[in-house]
Amino acid sequence: MNEIQKLKFYQKGTLTVGNRLVDEAQRNVQASLSRSNSLTCGHRACQGCGEALGARYAIDAAMRASGNNLIAVNATGCLEVFTTPYPETSWQMPWMHSLFGNAAAVATGVAAAMRVTNRAGTRVVAQGGDGGTTDIGFGCLSGMFERNDDVLYICYDNEGYMNTGVQRSSATPPAARTATTPVLGDEPGNVFGTGKFVPKIAVAHDIPYVATASVADLHDLEMKVTKAMGFRGARYIQINVPCPLGWGAASHDTIRLARLAIETGLFPIFEAENGRFTHVRKIRQRKSVAEYLKLQRRFAHLFKGGKEDPRVARIQAIADRHIADFGLLETPAGAA
Amino acid sequence: MKHPYAIALDVGTSRRNLTGSWRTLRPEYVDRLPPCNNACPAGEDIQGWLFHAESGDYEAAWRALTLNNPLPAIMGRVCYHPCENACNRASIDVAVGINSVERFLGDLAIEKGWAFAPPPSESGKKVLVVGAGPAGLSAAYHLRRLGHQVTLREAGPLAGGMMRFGIPKYRLPRQIIDAEVKRITAMGVELVLDSKVDDIEQAMKDGGFDAAFLAVGAHIAKRAYVPAAGAAKVLDAVQFLRSMEGEAPPLLGRKVVVYGGGNTAIDVARTARRLGAEEAIIVYRRTREKMPAHDFEVEEALEEGVSMKWLSTIKTVDGGTLQIEKMALDDKGFPQPTGEFETLEADSLVLALGQDVDLSLLDNAPGIVIQDGVVKVGPDMMTGRAGVFAGGDMAPSERTVTVAVGHGKKAARYIDGYLRGEPYAAAPKHGLASADRLNSWYYEDAPATVRPMLNAARRINSFEEVQGGLDETNALYEARRCLSCGNCFECDNCYGVCPDNAVIKLGAGNRFRIDYDYCKGCGLCAAECPCGAIDMVPETI
Amino acid sequence: MLEQLEGSKAMAKVIGLCRPQVVCAYPITPQTHIVEGLGELVRTGDVQNCEFINVESEFAALSVAIGASAAGARAYTATASQGLLFMAEAVYNAAGLGLPIVMTLGNRAIGAPINIWNDHSDAMALREAGWFQLFAENNQEAADLHIIAFRLAEELSVPTMVCVDGFILTHAMERIDIPEQAQVDTYLPPYEPVQVLDPEDPISIGAMVGPDAFTEVRYLQFYKQQTAFRLIEKLAHDFKKQFGRAAGGLLRTYSMDEAETVVVAMGSVNGTIKDVIDEMRADGILIGLVCLITFRPFPTRALQEALSHAKDVIVIDKALDAGMGGPLASNIAIALRNLAQTPNMHSVVAGLGGRPVTKAALHRVFRQAVIQPWDGPHFLDLNERVIAREIHRKGKARRSGPSAENVLKLLERERAEKIAAAEGTGR
Repeated sequence: MNEIQKLKFYQKGTLTVGNRLVDEAQRNVQASLSRSNSLTCGHRACQGCGEALGARYAIDAAMRASGNNLIAVNATGCLEVFTTPYPETSWQMPWMHSLFGNAAAVATGVAAAMRVTNRAGTRVVAQGGDGGTTDIGFGCLSGMFERNDDVLYICYDNEGYMNTGVQRSSATPPAARTATTPVLGDEPGNVFGTGKFVPKIAVAHDIPYVATASVADLHDLEMKVTKAMGFRGARYIQINVPCPLGWGAASHDTIRLARLAIETGLFPIFEAENGRFTHVRKIRQRKSVAEYLKLQRRFAHLFKGGKEDPRVARIQAIADRHIADFGLLETPAGAA
Repeated sequence: MKHPYAIALDVGTSRRNLTGSWRTLRPEYVDRLPPCNNACPAGEDIQGWLFHAESGDYEAAWRALTLNNPLPAIMGRVCYHPCENACNRASIDVAVGINSVERFLGDLAIEKGWAFAPPPSESGKKVLVVGAGPAGLSAAYHLRRLGHQVTLREAGPLAGGMMRFGIPKYRLPRQIIDAEVKRITAMGVELVLDSKVDDIEQAMKDGGFDAAFLAVGAHIAKRAYVPAAGAAKVLDAVQFLRSMEGEAPPLLGRKVVVYGGGNTAIDVARTARRLGAEEAIIVYRRTREKMPAHDFEVEEALEEGVSMKWLSTIKTVDGGTLQIEKMALDDKGFPQPTGEFETLEADSLVLALGQDVDLSLLDNAPGIVIQDGVVKVGPDMMTGRAGVFAGGDMAPSERTVTVAVGHGKKAARYIDGYLRGEPYAAAPKHGLASADRLNSWYYEDAPATVRPMLNAARRINSFEEVQGGLDETNALYEARRCLSCGNCFECDNCYGVCPDNAVIKLGAGNRFRIDYDYCKGCGLCAAECPCGAIDMVPETI
Repeated sequence: MLEQLEGSKAMAKVIGLCRPQVVCAYPITPQTHIVEGLGELVRTGDVQNCEFINVESEFAALSVAIGASAAGARAYTATASQGLLFMAEAVYNAAGLGLPIVMTLGNRAIGAPINIWNDHSDAMALREAGWFQLFAENNQEAADLHIIAFRLAEELSVPTMVCVDGFILTHAMERIDIPEQAQVDTYLPPYEPVQVLDPEDPISIGAMVGPDAFTEVRYLQFYKQQTAFRLIEKLAHDFKKQFGRAAGGLLRTYSMDEAETVVVAMGSVNGTIKDVIDEMRADGILIGLVCLITFRPFPTRALQEALSHAKDVIVIDKALDAGMGGPLASNIAIALRNLAQTPNMHSVVAGLGGRPVTKAALHRVFRQAVIQPWDGPHFLDLNERVIAREIHRKGKARRSGPSAENVLKLLERERAEKIAAAEGTGR
């Protein structure tokens, strides 16, 4: 009997947002009756927007961790546009938008101002999409990292320039159809062998904390934001946020897709501290990439006429490589 | 202006923008009928009482359970738990051990001495319940709760009916029956033992009863014609099991043959083993698959060394020799004689071929229709005689304790309606909470709690209970494996996953409300609801 | 206190006295010595409570300043030339958001061809960005203008650029009066932002503004600039009272008694011009000078007053709008177009990419303007022979190669020919 109890003691509620069986103090921000909601209703994000969800999760958690003593800097992009069209803002915290590519630098400035005006208790987050982070904002991001400025940068990765009408970014996955990688020619969709995974580059800066997270795992996301807020210096979290519009997916599939991105191994979930990988989130129910790809019209050309394009196998190989490189599968008991 | 025009804005002002107008589908909270509840012949709200057990509030769980079934310690032992066969959890790992949690709660209630509350008010009406078996006890309990004065007349010397005289001790210890009966009589139900009702019309008139519920059970063994010669020891199962309650156990000899394929046949064979029979052989005319006995009981009997002879009928008995004819199934699956014979030695033969009801008490009652040896009742459990209701084994149905308890409850509600002049109308059933409506991701795989089994050898030598019970930690664990199919369990998923903060949390026990001012109808709440308690319905424009 | 100092060092000292709280540094010639000087002052503790941040680009430099300013700190940075263009997006952004950042611009030409020497191309390129632009005539003024710039920027919440000629001022040693800290503190109160990122009183800064309000936002920027003239004059007046010397203001006139010809110029070239004017006045020529200090906001009325009696106005531009001519000349032409008697306008483009503006050339062109006026811009000291040869060469072949390199070759050949000719005559 006791043997059985030693196994995972998971029940109903363990993986859900809230759990009435858990001690009040242990519950997460989003389950709280009195949650702060830094990003409130009435914003103009599309139905089922992963970024709106990710931003609320992340910023609310950061707000709690900082004792509501937080300033946010936002890069140009969907999040900025859908939250602050004049005359209305959805933010309920000090928030600033300057330009597309400078969020990290502006945040550096805000953090510096906090120090010189005796407000070091006020914490700073910068946030942007993958375009504003991995492409146009990359210089400023890297600069903020190497100077170890006291900023938590959060990248909401929806794998493309969605605000401008779904163009390719350096975070767009191979074979994905975008407005600038149409399904035409010898290599339809985005080209294999291109793109970059900025979290690994962030780790290479030896900054105090780097993590990836997903809207499919709120507990993990909140834990990481909270943990990141516990450090001083440069920190980076990249959150996978599916985009129903850009991915050609049903609005109710946002979290399902994020979950599949994890469970296929395509989006590895890990943490690193001071340049060293410290933790990976293991795959719980391994899925094939085909199951993930089929839900998205941006990959529809890979399954045309009921046949599976050989590129699916190449994408599977990428997932398999992540699984091997990051050690995403549970090690069987007894194995070294 | 407190800040520069247009480029800086006052916080939270977007709440003016009511994005609910974008919606084409609207989420609506629903309650669906969990498959366990749907399958329960006793009409238990299993999910409802598991909810309390999950948080460790066992008394609340027991009270919720006993709203429908006053005999949880008994049912936790003898119910064939169709709820577990229906449980959606089986599609994830293994069904929730509902029956074992029920038993845990029942045993805990006995241990703690929890009592039923007396009715809040008296109706002034008198009801006669005939037969203190599971149906009668259940009806008496429910009628009493509804404020009626109940007299429960039992022909036998002890309450329990077939639970006492038909189910062996190793499955149902007698002190459990006594404790649960006592709790019912403590509510003010008058139990009269050794009080056979011979004429229902007379009994009602004499006692001034306004209504009656009849549940006399099926105590007369069916006798198949088996030509017997010599000093054959042939007895029937009812007689045999009943004699187990007496002072001296019956003498069966070294080798016992049991004729029949039902649960009773199994009970007899297993009891015979416990009484010292070296061989207990069940002879049945069809195959194992066709056997009416529950598979797990067959399995346990085989483990205990009971042997089975399929596709066989007993033609004659001559002293210690049985002549057996082999059978073969025809195209339609019916056994047909083959003309092939063999002999079997036996010290005794027990016939377990089913039971009949003693319906003599109805002889003088007008309007009652008897069909196939049982009383015809309407959907309201009422017989052709107004005010006389019937249930349990004497009404047409599967003959199990659980069905009988269900009959008792159902009849009590209709009797109450009849007495008040407001016919009872059952609430319409919700749609079924099927497994395809679940988002099983949110339930972690977990092994079923395996009930500790007494080892087979020990079982044979004693009448100790075969099934052990759960202790508190694993009962809690088992309860928490419930998926709450089709009914909100306040997991906060909808509240958390809405990208538009359009779900309002109403606080513990009050669930949630959709804020239609802002809900854009994306459907994430419904998709990520673990238990399928949100429907997306087209918005009417 | 009088000190013999390099211009950049002097500016660094004075900027330090202005108590900047966030200084962003990125190297580009010729402003580098200013931020180097500030960095040193922060390290030595002469400037306290200041974050000196080495950033990775000019774009980041101004972006960090934007964040700091929006969060309530006094922010400063410096750049030049390509650096200003690299941060152009942020230059507009700081103005649009109304953040009172002060930035020194060590004026330098813009490539290609790459050139590190002085002209005003950089300042002119971003003259429409919405910043105040002040031009220093000499290093004393270069230093002093920063004190005024912080005060001006913060009073109106408009970022301010102090334009200082690269090398000519930034690298020149001069005797400069460095004020006392107390004097600067009296003149320049601590920064009191009109909008600030503050968890106690949150607002959203930098909203997306559509057609319904964008015009109004822009008008308010225009309105603020138009109402700045009086404040700029007052700040100059106050400065003189506080520090005992003149600095700032809209413009300064020189030798304007009965001047029929008036030269208009910005920056250090005014020193040379003053010498030429003195010499021409000695020759009896009625010539004067308007030294323009405030280029943005453009002081139309003050210029009209100064120039209304002139017959001829000669505008010296140290920049070229290749499709139009001298930008300052264009601005002044617009400023004067409604005068009852419009003076004759003469545009001179001079000193591009560090070309020395000599007294001889100025004598020549000032005289010529009156007696032999020209159309369009006059390029001072243009080597017409080289131009003719290059135009001829380009006409001959499609793949004629880059002009810049070719001009260098032509000049080299010319020099060789001259030497050969001299040697020939010597023989």
